Amino acid sequence: MTATESASPALAAAMIVPLAAPLAAAALVGAAGWRRATGYASVLAAAATLVSGAVLASEVGDGALTAAGPLLRADALAAVMTIVIGAVATLATWGSIGYLGAELAHGHTTTARARTYGILVNLFLATMALAVLANNLGVVWVAIEGTTIATAFLVGHRNTPAAIEATWKYVIICSVGIALAFLGTVVLYFASVDAAAGMTDTASGLDIDTLVAVAPHLDPDVTRLAVVLLLLGYGTKAGLAPFHTWLADAHSQAPAPVSALMSGVLLAVAFTTLLRVKVVSDAALGTGYLRTGLLVLGLATLVVAALLLVGQRDYKRMLAYSSLEHMGLLAVAAAAGTELAMAALLLHVLAHGLGKAVLFLSAGQLQLAHGSTAIADARGVLARGPLLGGLFAAGLVALLGLPPFALFASEVGIARGAADAGLAWALGAALLLVLVAFAALTRHSVDLLLGPAGDGPRLALRPATAAPLVVGVAASLVLGLYAGPLGDVLTTAGGLLS
Amino acid sequence: MTSETYANLLHFAGGLLLLCTVGVVWRHQLGASVRLLAVQGAALAAIPLISGIYHEKAHLLAIAPVVLVLRAAVLPYLISRMVPPTARPPGGWTASAAPATPAAQADAGAPDGPTATRPGPAADVLAGSREPVPLISTSVTLLLSAALTVLAYALCRPIIALDPTADTRTAPAALAVIFIGLLALTTRRQAVSQVVGFLTLDNGIVALAFLLTSGVPLVVELGASLDLLLVVLVVAALTNRMRAAFGGTDIGELQELKE
Repeated sequence: MTATESASPALAAAMIVPLAAPLAAAALVGAAGWRRATGYASVLAAAATLVSGAVLASEVGDGALTAAGPLLRADALAAVMTIVIGAVATLATWGSIGYLGAELAHGHTTTARARTYGILVNLFLATMALAVLANNLGVVWVAIEGTTIATAFLVGHRNTPAAIEATWKYVIICSVGIALAFLGTVVLYFASVDAAAGMTDTASGLDIDTLVAVAPHLDPDVTRLAVVLLLLGYGTKAGLAPFHTWLADAHSQAPAPVSALMSGVLLAVAFTTLLRVKVVSDAALGTGYLRTGLLVLGLATLVVAALLLVGQRDYKRMLAYSSLEHMGLLAVAAAAGTELAMAALLLHVLAHGLGKAVLFLSAGQLQLAHGSTAIADARGVLARGPLLGGLFAAGLVALLGLPPFALFASEVGIARGAADAGLAWALGAALLLVLVAFAALTRHSVDLLLGPAGDGPRLALRPATAAPLVVGVAASLVLGLYAGPLGDVLTTAGGLLS
Repeated sequence: MTSETYANLLHFAGGLLLLCTVGVVWRHQLGASVRLLAVQGAALAAIPLISGIYHEKAHLLAIAPVVLVLRAAVLPYLISRMVPPTARPPGGWTASAAPATPAAQADAGAPDGPTATRPGPAADVLAGSREPVPLISTSVTLLLSAALTVLAYALCRPIIALDPTADTRTAPAALAVIFIGLLALTTRRQAVSQVVGFLTLDNGIVALAFLLTSGVPLVVELGASLDLLLVVLVVAALTNRMRAAFGGTDIGELQELKE
């Protein structure tokens, strides 16, 4: 199958479930409040998204399927992203049960706020699924702005002055950034309608297939303007410099499971939209145009992340800046744009999502135990809680890109792809910056895990709280050792994007 | 409608939109900003109406009332509610619509400014209904706005060259509104003023969409409108929390989180 065709009822269901299941879970939480049962219903909805993604990945081949009157569209890229959303969301919603339970027990939150949390997390998951599965770039925009709205009060969940400050910056900066992306979408639509005049009906001028078809005929000047706006707009939401300033505040103030979703998935979802734009831009303007933009933003992001990681004193902000580093690396990979680089990019997204989920969920347990996110307040984790410390260490090894974890394979793939594309100088600069970040992350984490324990609290993990962390580490390990059929899907998606 | 009338009406709507935007950066009293924002919304809604009648496009005529209600009534109302009732002057906003004279600005810094009848500028600043001493002065802001308008005309040349119609010739006005909205957003310190700047930016983008492509597809337009409404509701709720936590809504006070 190489063309876009209408999905069979079963596959149409696989495209609707990632939207409908979290919405149903949100309704359930709204009706019954946040309790153990509705928490597990949310986990079930996330797992259903994961299964749907897997089904789509196995069936879609190198073509595309549409459903819901062509409102939804799934290709290999959408299938991979649905898997990423489902996988990280399963861990994050599972971790939310223990996290909110502890917060309620300590009186850090109320049942009303826990209910709001449960509703918003599920709405957040539904908007992300819509962002990767929508057929129309305008609807993608609506969904991505929807993620900002859904996460605003999740970032502000703790309702402290710092959380309110982080929420304000997050909502304003991301809304303005995404407004630029809307402007870019409008300008692209203008070019598309102009190019498609007399070819097709212009009502679908923002559909992915239409855009790809008319791309060679788009007016270059107008398209250049559109692509710059889209790059800056979605780049803001993906945490790329120079509009990254909201990221560390929002990711460090949000409750840990939400940080896991924002760092591990949301950034990548926004970035995926840029990959869609890249296909159109490359066909209309040649590969050089967006490549330059991605390289500039990617390397700038890596510089910012490496510098801010070096002097970091807060472990949640450290994890947030590590996400910034990985987004910079993704931008460099996308700039390379070969099939190998793109497949490695998608593997990187999945592996980073899983590793970051484990780390943020562990960091959430540290925060609950110490009432602070300063590294100095939580030294000697490994001595005081071997299980929690061990899981954090495993997540860290995965995140640092050491074998046998999958980030090792993906980083090698990105490096080879960049070398093949003749970007040796950019590759060298990126590797140097990644190395700086590696050293800084290692130093701070050794301080956190092995530093003098002092009289800190013992860090016992309840089995129900440890379970999602163990599963996350296991999944990272399996992904690193055996990609299996996933490897084929990644290669197919890489081929679609190169 | 002749094509000449059509072009005149469209240019008039674009001009009104731009004029209101300049007014927004000129005035420092929230009440004036909100009224200008409402007129701006009405000017914006006129564009799909005029265009829909001239080109006989039903979806534009359908979307025009939605734009009018949302941007000329609902959003300005929500923003006026972001200031607590105690800070609103008796007799409505009109009573407080004194121009931002240098004397009034200097007064804004003085803590003992209030008069007997209503809270003075200093109290207005605290309550969030007035800008504190701005980061750049009003005359510089107006000069920058003029420069941005020229830039907008320069940037729109490829667009007009591609499709020279009355619609695209009005597009530079919309782009200028976008730039000036961004300017207001980055130079204002009061939470409410930032939101006014954001809405100006958004109005400019939607105006550009109507002028360039007769609007985005209906589903996108409705989705974007819903998003905008929700964002403003979120920001309004956030302002209340901010007032409770910080005792004011001056964004300059938000400095706890930094490296």
